Amino acid sequence: MLDRRTFLLEGSAAVALIALLCSIDGARAEPAATPSAEFNAAFNTLIGKGVPQEAGLTLDLPDSVENGDYVPVALAVESPMTADDHVTAVHLLSTANPRAEVATFRFTLLSGKAQVTSRMRLAKTQDVVAVAELSGGRILVARRKVDVKVGGCGI
Amino acid sequence: MMKKPPRIKVPETINAGEIIEIKTLATHIMETGNRKDAAGNIIPRDIIHTFTASFEGEDVFSATLGSGIAANPYIAFFMRVPGPGTLTLTWLDDGGTTTVEKVPLNVS
Repeated sequence: MLDRRTFLLEGSAAVALIALLCSIDGARAEPAATPSAEFNAAFNTLIGKGVPQEAGLTLDLPDSVENGDYVPVALAVESPMTADDHVTAVHLLSTANPRAEVATFRFTLLSGKAQVTSRMRLAKTQDVVAVAELSGGRILVARRKVDVKVGGCGI
Repeated sequence: MMKKPPRIKVPETINAGEIIEIKTLATHIMETGNRKDAAGNIIPRDIIHTFTASFEGEDVFSATLGSGIAANPYIAFFMRVPGPGTLTLTWLDDGGTTTVEKVPLNVS
């Protein structure tokens, strides 16, 4: 006999089961979103005609976050930070947020260390990309994929 | 507009020539400009777009921020302290508000 109460109970159990299945599904790695046209344009402008190097720039982000509103991000470039050899800027780019350019950090010789920590928003599962500009024109690139369970609200 | 002053943390005592970490936390909504209100109108962007740090008139570090920076922007960066002096930190937002904090560095 399916009265209203058991119907509701079974219904809520079904909802809970679906939620559980979704969370299990969500635990599997989701592919990164396709990079936006804005990201590609910004990235190509930064890289210019140079050949970016993959070593020397560390981009640290969690592999997976529940909430995309508040994602810790740390950037560090190995550099002596001398007049002859230093980092001038590090750009932080999102491949799939509404806006590709998240931040640009600029360093000077007084910075001592080309290292910065902040918190960013991520709209969905995607690659985050950092581009460092060094004195002498060298360009370094780092890329990290972050799985986002719930996208940053309204970004 | 910041509802309350930013929080800033520097080491209590510093040796000349030491590289220190400076941690800053501003209070700001960082409204992205991509959201809509109940009536379907775009809520205008209101973010801190620029942060700068200088020491006795010399640039130390600066940041250009976009809407992808989380609300209440946290920025921690480093500085090589050449000697005693005052660190000046500035936050500029879309509403035209400039917030300036001066932090004397206790150098021994």
